Amino acid sequence: MAETIAFYTLSVLILGLAVLVVTAKNTVHSVLFLVMNFLCVAVLYIVLEAEFLAVIQVLVYAGGIVVLYLFVVMLVNLKRAPEAHQDPRRLSFIGLALAGAVLFELAGIVVYSFNRDGATAPVLAAATPVEGDVQELGWLLYTDYLIPFEVASVLLLVAMVGAIVLARRET
Amino acid sequence: MYDSIVVPLVKIAILLNAVLVSVTFMTLFERKVIAWAQSRLGPMRVGPYGILQALADPIKLILKEDITPARADRFMFTLAPILSLVPALVVFAVVPFGGDELFYIADINVGLLFVISVTSIGVYGIILAGWASNSKYPLLASLRASAQLISYEIAVTMTLVSVILTAGTLSMVGIVEAQQEAGLWFGFVQPVAFVIVLIGGLAETNRAPFDLPEAEQELTGGFHTEYSGMRFALFFLAEYANMIVISAVVVVLFWGGWLRPFPSVDALAFLDFVPDWTWFFGKMFVFLFLFTWIRATLPRYRYDQLMRIGWKVLIPIAIANIVLTGIVKVWL
Repeated sequence: MAETIAFYTLSVLILGLAVLVVTAKNTVHSVLFLVMNFLCVAVLYIVLEAEFLAVIQVLVYAGGIVVLYLFVVMLVNLKRAPEAHQDPRRLSFIGLALAGAVLFELAGIVVYSFNRDGATAPVLAAATPVEGDVQELGWLLYTDYLIPFEVASVLLLVAMVGAIVLARRET
Repeated sequence: MYDSIVVPLVKIAILLNAVLVSVTFMTLFERKVIAWAQSRLGPMRVGPYGILQALADPIKLILKEDITPARADRFMFTLAPILSLVPALVVFAVVPFGGDELFYIADINVGLLFVISVTSIGVYGIILAGWASNSKYPLLASLRASAQLISYEIAVTMTLVSVILTAGTLSMVGIVEAQQEAGLWFGFVQPVAFVIVLIGGLAETNRAPFDLPEAEQELTGGFHTEYSGMRFALFFLAEYANMIVISAVVVVLFWGGWLRPFPSVDALAFLDFVPDWTWFFGKMFVFLFLFTWIRATLPRYRYDQLMRIGWKVLIPIAIANIVLTGIVKVWL
């Protein structure tokens, strides 16, 4: 019962904050609404008993990435509207395409999770020989999900090398 | 009901008061130590040996006029000091002051990560203070401060990975227990990590010699130039609370938390009559003294030197330390 109330309260908060992120006039305010949104998602993870994910959410998104957003927003003067947004046709076309893609993806996830066998995830977790949230996650990452994990790490490496190349293009 | 709500609430109330009171006396302690280091007397007028100065300062700050600059973003201007103080206080939720369950509020299985992630929220207070003031020196200071905090956060977090590898757990209580089992403080097992975390801790609390965000000569005061009265005091409280946090975390990770010195040596077992939390507070006090001592001794770094130390020295050493710890852990 308490969990249900917490879930719906958090959902309302998360969606409300997401709307505020898009509608806020001041860009710095908008970024701060984004931080609050991420923090609420972290609380949602805690309700779902995924403490590790919650802490990583705060550390990586709220504490890392959004700080960099805020940096950029503060350094770039955004008082004037950017020119690209003044072409209404172009904006609506790209926006519509993106919104459609996201909607399609969300619909896919909903269909997938309703059709999925509900018992899969707990059975998987019970099969690991270690206890604790973090230990189980580590075990699964290095056994069942080894290849996706390594592919993701290679992707991050490529992104890192790319960032270095872009940053020192003068020499 | 009683155990799950009343007991934690009472503990939180006691802890918050204890932290805030120790912060006020920490300011007096710092002034006194620096004065002695410079052959002065320090505050002497209020109370015997100036001991009531610690109470006079907050009273003065509360009574001062609270000024908001005319073109400031009012909401953000109010929010910023709160955002910098609260994370520093929240961290104490997972700090184990003693081995008994009575001496910590929560022992969560991601304790150390919780500490890292909550402290990383504190940077918003500083960025927003500079931005909301709508004034150029605070903005410059807050950009400096956030660049500094982000850089040193990477070094510290990477170093903590090697400690986690050594301890095999993320729980703060678990880390101290791991040191008990090893019979050795991790400061001896991971001396490099200890030094990096200490240096990074100085930088993350904006303390000398890394107090660039508050370089008076260059920035007229720092990110809190436009703040006055109690709002300024909140930034002050945050800085000192963060010092206490760093000391507590270093004690837990490297100086054996509540364990007595040399926990494996039986000849020192007679020391066990001392309650374990005394060891914790004693060790914390050593680090608080060290921070003050460093401030009285070392000159401030230049900004490029600060960045060079963070990125070109500390981070490579931290990565090498992780690799080394992994090798030792697997093959030895």
